[in-house]
Amino acid sequence: MTVKARAVPSPSILSGLLLRWEWLLVVLLGIACMVNASLSPYFLDVHNLFDMTFHFMERSLIALPMAFIIISGNIDLSVASNLGMSTIIMAASYKAGLNIWLAMLLGLAAGAVGGLINGLLVARVRLPSLVVTLGTYALYRGVAFVILGDLVVTGFPSSFTAIGQGYVGHTPIPVPLVIFAFFAVLFGLLLHRTAFGRLVYAVGNNETACRFSGVAVDRIRIILFTLSGLMSALAGVVLSARFGSARPNIALGFELDVITAVVLGGVDINGGQGTMPGVVLALFLIGVVRYGMSLKNVPGQIQNTLIGMLLIVAILLPQFLRRLASRSRA
Amino acid sequence: MKSKLFVSLLLVIVILAACAPPTVAPPAEKPAAKAGFKIAMVVKNLGNPFFEAAQKGCNEAAAEYGDECIFQGPATPTAEGQIEIIDALIAQKVDVIAITANDPDALVPVCKKAMDAGIKVVTWDSAVAPAGRQIFVNQADMEQIGRIEVQMLAEMIGYKGQIAILSAAATMANQNTWIEWMKEELKDPKYKDMELVTTVYGDDLREKSYNEALGLFKSYPDLKGIISPTTVGIAATARALTDEGLCGKIALTGLGLPSEMAEYIKSGCCKAMALWNPIDLGYMTTVVSHLMASGEITGKPGETFKAGKLGERTIVDDGAGGGMVLLGPPFQFNAENIDQWKDVY
Repeated sequence: MTVKARAVPSPSILSGLLLRWEWLLVVLLGIACMVNASLSPYFLDVHNLFDMTFHFMERSLIALPMAFIIISGNIDLSVASNLGMSTIIMAASYKAGLNIWLAMLLGLAAGAVGGLINGLLVARVRLPSLVVTLGTYALYRGVAFVILGDLVVTGFPSSFTAIGQGYVGHTPIPVPLVIFAFFAVLFGLLLHRTAFGRLVYAVGNNETACRFSGVAVDRIRIILFTLSGLMSALAGVVLSARFGSARPNIALGFELDVITAVVLGGVDINGGQGTMPGVVLALFLIGVVRYGMSLKNVPGQIQNTLIGMLLIVAILLPQFLRRLASRSRA
Repeated sequence: MKSKLFVSLLLVIVILAACAPPTVAPPAEKPAAKAGFKIAMVVKNLGNPFFEAAQKGCNEAAAEYGDECIFQGPATPTAEGQIEIIDALIAQKVDVIAITANDPDALVPVCKKAMDAGIKVVTWDSAVAPAGRQIFVNQADMEQIGRIEVQMLAEMIGYKGQIAILSAAATMANQNTWIEWMKEELKDPKYKDMELVTTVYGDDLREKSYNEALGLFKSYPDLKGIISPTTVGIAATARALTDEGLCGKIALTGLGLPSEMAEYIKSGCCKAMALWNPIDLGYMTTVVSHLMASGEITGKPGETFKAGKLGERTIVDDGAGGGMVLLGPPFQFNAENIDQWKDVY
């Protein structure tokens, strides 16, 4: 994915657009909640609302670094495969007798290494990230199948499965939600409150200018892909803990759900734009819409169709608004 | 400016409405009813004719017993999708969840959660692991299904040559068990000239199964026969054989729906196959679900009950200490009897 230099709108208009986009997501989220609440008597229940979040926290954990990567003008298609590989490395070493927490660290390290390889190929060898991660998408999933084949690892200790299934104390707050909230704040601060975050936008807007200005573009790219690998592995820990088991086909197809949420969150697929609050809102919007449809027993295919329509709106609307804005200026 | 005001106004309304305290939670009391149960049948994926036939049986039994049949499944056969559905069913406080599992292990936690919420968990077709179920409605004896498919194929190819298996997904408990029994049957000396070269997985998706079949033709030019123990796989393989003009060169058998396979059975592309009646399977599952909900059975081995039109059944041991109900022996279809069945399911 090459990054083209684009005319950057003046900051006030840009922030205005972004602001409007997040407001729109808030409105959509509110509408979704209202529709769900009016259609199903089971929606407005504290326990159900909290339990709903179990289903998209793993995707959400991956969406955080994915937002960074897309803002920086790249893409990572290997996240779900990397999740599979690192989870299977963790599970297989646990099965082989390793302590579960050491196995978990090993899995996290494997995910980070998987991401690092992506980063090195993109930054040092200068291959397009779409091609690199399409390759590792197949490679990492393949490794998972080579290690475990058709087998399954079960029997994780309950202290481990609590990461994916447990609640905080006696509250109805799921552990994965807390893990996500922690990382969402962390990634949000990193993107919006640090020099590193500003450089990520700069690289996404104009890589060439950044290189001429002495920005360590390659290092930023390597860091982002490594973070993506690490968070994928963490998502794998949560997911396998929630399942109480691990198979090589775990999280198959997650990458598209993650990219969908990030784009719906207002992150420009061409890079350079997007915010963390937008991404988090989009994750919850999709989660609420899906849960509402599940409560009304809407068939799976129709759920996918509706989510697809949401995404198309997400891509069309900013362009429409931009065109509207430029017309009003003219 | 005006639009900004409008948006903020709308926002306030929306947030107020969305955050309004929930009206009194629906009553959670469980009357000792004998009918009117909400029975949720969760299948591996939607758009699969086998499960649509099972739905017919579910509706039939639900009408007979005065229950409601909720039919639901994910778009693609994944455990994640099923977990999401089961969680939503728990929130809806259904009375029974009857599930055919995409992954016997990954579904255990959510099925336990359902049981903790007082929901009866019945498993059918492809079982959830014993910890996550209260009773298993088994279509037919696993061993019989596995062995019969090898026997049918051996007849077709004269007990000689390379054979392959085209299954559903690698995680499917039912297919995997049948394949184990196929391998067991193949150990018999009379199959010494038959060699199982590979097992491939079409994931119960038509296109993938079709492509896997084409892959088999290419990779194994001497292939003599294919067993596909899944209705989606066998239909896709039959179509691939027909498209490539390989009917007669490569024999095909397995588990197929008569309505989908009639043309191939008549053309000789698939001379024989087996299956149980999926409508009856859906019916039996729903009756068992009803009886579990009403408390007439508890799922322990040794209990007997009347399964509506299907007659008396006894709950047997599933081999892991739990209860299991058997539907009956698999039925073999061939050119002589296919016309009777092709319009039924």
